[in-house]
Amino acid sequence: MPVWLDDFLWTYQNLINALGINGLLALSMYVVLAVGQLSLGQAAFMGLGAYSSALMTMKLHLPFLIVLPASCLVPVAFALAIGVPTLRLSGVYLAIATIGLGEVLRSVYLNLGIVGGALGLNGIPERSEAWMIYGLLALAILALWLVGRSPIGRAMEAMRQDPVAASVMGVNIQRYQLGALLASAVLAGLAGCLSAHETSFIGPNEYGFEPAVTILSFALLGGIGTPFAPVLGAVILTLLPELLRGLSDIRLVINGLIIVAAVLFLPRGILPFRLRRVS
Amino acid sequence: MLAQQLVNGVLLGATYALFALGFTLMFGVLRVINLTYGFYFSAGAFLALFLTRSLGLPIWSALPLAALGAGGLAVIIDAALLTRLRRTGAPELASLMVTLGGVLALYAGMTAWFGPDIRRFPPGLIPAQAIELGAIRITAAQILILGAVALLVTALLALMRGTRFGLALRAMAERPEAAALMGINTGRAAALVSLISGCLAGAGGVLIGLNFNAIQPFMGEAMMLRGFVVIIVGGLGDIRGALIAGLALGIIETMTAAFLASNLKEAVAFALLVLVLWTRPQGLFGRALIRRA
Repeated sequence: MPVWLDDFLWTYQNLINALGINGLLALSMYVVLAVGQLSLGQAAFMGLGAYSSALMTMKLHLPFLIVLPASCLVPVAFALAIGVPTLRLSGVYLAIATIGLGEVLRSVYLNLGIVGGALGLNGIPERSEAWMIYGLLALAILALWLVGRSPIGRAMEAMRQDPVAASVMGVNIQRYQLGALLASAVLAGLAGCLSAHETSFIGPNEYGFEPAVTILSFALLGGIGTPFAPVLGAVILTLLPELLRGLSDIRLVINGLIIVAAVLFLPRGILPFRLRRVS
Repeated sequence: MLAQQLVNGVLLGATYALFALGFTLMFGVLRVINLTYGFYFSAGAFLALFLTRSLGLPIWSALPLAALGAGGLAVIIDAALLTRLRRTGAPELASLMVTLGGVLALYAGMTAWFGPDIRRFPPGLIPAQAIELGAIRITAAQILILGAVALLVTALLALMRGTRFGLALRAMAERPEAAALMGINTGRAAALVSLISGCLAGAGGVLIGLNFNAIQPFMGEAMMLRGFVVIIVGGLGDIRGALIAGLALGIIETMTAAFLASNLKEAVAFALLVLVLWTRPQGLFGRALIRRA
């Protein structure tokens, strides 16, 4: 490896890893939006993955190759508990039930001694490697791409456009929606585990309302035409505050305005291409 | 001890009910889960802070002025964010996302402007005396809260049940297109609903600010969780349900904080929400239509 490249990777290691992790989070939002639902529990799922994996590493001393896949379990359990009752109802119920989740878990983390209370968990071993993050990101994009091209993808698009028509055509909407929510919890849980073992510190205030909305802004800026689009949105919104230092104070204002502008004026995002389907 | 906690719980619950009434009215008539609603709560508290601190107004005039100011903000923000989507008949999740983005920008802007620190009303704004009934203490602030909530709730119910405008609103809630065909000016009615809801949220913000004497930009966000719990438990769009559920939530939270742990009150409220979604999604009082997927 040339020296300049080595230097570059060393200097920007944290940013490079953050880009990949935010890409995974954007995909976890994409999966839910792709079936016409809105979940605001992505940051909460990420926090559950981060806390549960950190405990597995620090208290149970499990190897990382077991911890990483196991980090999805707790988020998936929460997604089931919230998704099963709400997905029977119209879309606003899932959004309402998930929007409070992050704030509630924050108050639980603050109260639980085993997760360090207000101090959070410190000194988590740094076991995430860039190849794991980008390997999982590539795998997730590939899987979502293949699913999107398959008849399942057609069903997903149909229920996003018109749920009534799709269900009349025999699409089992609730099963797909629950599947999408679970997949999104898996992706967010993995992202949480990778991020906890990358920054080596997690605290109760990192998974509340603001990160949840930020993750939504990734997906809405990019668009949900293809799995690449939300990842591109995540890359742009992660790099923007780094490139323009003055922006970091009003970063959240910009994220909020991007959501407003994207919904009102750019409903297909900045990468509006759609998947080509096998006919 | 128990009686005192019960009084505190009823007072907290009364403010929750007031806050949730505006939220459920907005949803019932305009059919939008408007997430900017919590912002009017913060805005009301900050306006009252400005009026009492910088202009030196007494609380009896600062409270209605701050509520009206918050209502005015609600009209403007609602028009800016939702007019376009209403015209094109966009899906409900689109309007939910717009208000979500809008409220993040508003809160973050407010935090950048005022800073995240906790602010307090000037001392002596409300007389510090309290009435003692045996073991129960009721402060002047609590009497003000109870009086204001009772007045506003009665006024809202009288408006909804007793006037032609209330009839028009109920018609809009039932069938917006038919209401428009019957000659109801739906655009103006929507603006008035935003104004009323914003006023209720703003008044709630001032009252909660008085109750805890702690005001900061994101206070509306914590309140929104209560708003969600109350309107789901009471039934979406159900005014009577929101009143009862609000009171109940206030009592439950106060009891949790007194006898379990104060940090767990959010978790208990949320558990209540999930439990109701599992068992009775139409709300405990079962009058609101559930909207199935």
